[in-house]
Amino acid sequence: MSKHYLDLSNVGMRFATPSGWFEALVDVNLKIAKGEFISLIGHSGCGKSTVLNLVAGLNDPTSGGIILDGREVAGPGPERSVVFQNHALLPWLSVYENVELAVRQVMKGANKAAVAERVRYYLSLVQMDHALEKKPHEISGGMKQRVGIARALSLSPKVLLMDEPFGALDALTRAHLQDALMEIQAELNNTVIMITHDVDEAVLLSDRIVMMTNGPSATIGEILDITLPRPRNRVALAEDVEYHRLRQRVLSFLYEKHSKVTPLKKPKTEARSAVA
Amino acid sequence: MQTMIHRFNPFAGPWGLTRLKAGGARAWRNSLLPMLGILAFLLVWQMVASQVQTSLGNLPGPVATGKQLVALYQEHSAERDKRDAFYARQAERNAQKLAANPQAEVKVRPYTGRDTFFDQILTSLVTVATGFGIAVMIAIPAGILLGLNQTLYQAINPVVQILKPISPLAWLPLVTMVVSAVYVSPDPWLAKSFVISAVTVSLCSLWPTLLNTIVGVASIDPDLQNVSRVLKLAPLTHVRKIVLPSAIPMIFTGLRLSLGVAWMVLIAAEMLAQNPGLGKFVWDEFQNGSSESLARIMVAVVSIGVIGFMLDRGMLALQKWISWDTRSELR
Repeated sequence: MSKHYLDLSNVGMRFATPSGWFEALVDVNLKIAKGEFISLIGHSGCGKSTVLNLVAGLNDPTSGGIILDGREVAGPGPERSVVFQNHALLPWLSVYENVELAVRQVMKGANKAAVAERVRYYLSLVQMDHALEKKPHEISGGMKQRVGIARALSLSPKVLLMDEPFGALDALTRAHLQDALMEIQAELNNTVIMITHDVDEAVLLSDRIVMMTNGPSATIGEILDITLPRPRNRVALAEDVEYHRLRQRVLSFLYEKHSKVTPLKKPKTEARSAVA
Repeated sequence: MQTMIHRFNPFAGPWGLTRLKAGGARAWRNSLLPMLGILAFLLVWQMVASQVQTSLGNLPGPVATGKQLVALYQEHSAERDKRDAFYARQAERNAQKLAANPQAEVKVRPYTGRDTFFDQILTSLVTVATGFGIAVMIAIPAGILLGLNQTLYQAINPVVQILKPISPLAWLPLVTMVVSAVYVSPDPWLAKSFVISAVTVSLCSLWPTLLNTIVGVASIDPDLQNVSRVLKLAPLTHVRKIVLPSAIPMIFTGLRLSLGVAWMVLIAAEMLAQNPGLGKFVWDEFQNGSSESLARIMVAVVSIGVIGFMLDRGMLALQKWISWDTRSELR
């Protein structure tokens, strides 16, 4: 497999602020193969979302460039679909209509039956075909994110970008969705870049974990290959030595080499966090 | 956060007793308290009115006003009877003519009686609907355009802010002169006074809808905007599927404010433009100065309030019908 399907070379990003330039990202170099599942992990404010927005084309890099499948990324488009952290479903459209809006963008001029078939296929993939007529506020947070994933997948993207897709969900729902995502990934074999804060999630889902240093001027610190065989089972992995070694590597990167210490000023808060 | 607040409803507990009590409390709050309020208002009105002496007698209280309302209704019925009788006579005469000579030319003349109070209410409603309709047809598209285009908005905003506070009474002479100069027709389809009133209403009621539409459009959730960008929605689809639904609550807030302004402005405009609506009714009674005038004006004043309230409720009902957001409490 070629490692040049998605190629970020010397990507840098800086923002204009009232007190001068803010250097968010410098020298990000990353080559991703087709069908690879990449996790971006790092502390808050390290520019993970910036990387994702650059690949999505929602922002343009101030230096360097991104090439996807032989073409430079310029502006957003459905071939780089995004799963947003808080689902970003249109609240006035039903589950079906939300996905339909996306499908119509990539099946221009197709007849209604073909569109419906595709909408239903992707909704059944995330097991949401039972709630087609429901509005987003009538379904749970996990279900909304399933629909968000179906919408992004229905575009048949060249790369699927996920911005902390499970960050707002409770632990059990998150585990369910991770398993669902692994099954879907086994079937569709998408190229995925996922942002996460969750070390277990990163090790469980990824082929490689890209660990980022703290900003400002954040860049890629280490890249860890996850060679655990698939399909992966979270219960079996709990006793796997290799799994724990990989987990340990990420933890040590995050909390020893690039730990972000924010001093706790109020003693009360300190006491409470000690209990938690 | 919003859903959290809505979910916490102290009346929706699973306990039967709480529910029963809550049901009683709700009935008390929803119907009895407003009725008490109105009753108290009528009492105060009656008491204060009897203390106020004018050159046309006592200021009418609720009882005198109610009597005058009945009188106005009787006048209306009498006028309707006269009209019906006129048309019946005319039809009979024409039928006789035709019976005598099938080739005879028959004329149907319209009845030219005077407008009753209820006719004038109808005129007012038609005028306000026209003026408000024009305002809405300008304000919503313009608001969408300005909300989407920050540059345009910054250029036009100062002009809007200066035009917004202008009183209808200040516009009216200008509108009258312009309409008189521009709208010349030997056989006008619409009365000049009607056009002047409607245009004045439009000029004054445009702004709340315009400004609220701008704010509604400009404050779309950035995530939804990104969804639109990723999907590469065409500009029109973007407006139809994302912008308009997002802005609907704000647009309706604007529409309700605008309709309120339109109704207030209309009365003043009709007084000066002599459009045969409620404003003219009040003005004519004021000029008339008979012993009944004050009570008749009072009927008009109360009617203006009641109709204004019903217009607002109508708009609210429309919002509830159109709005996708069934959770938000509309008041």
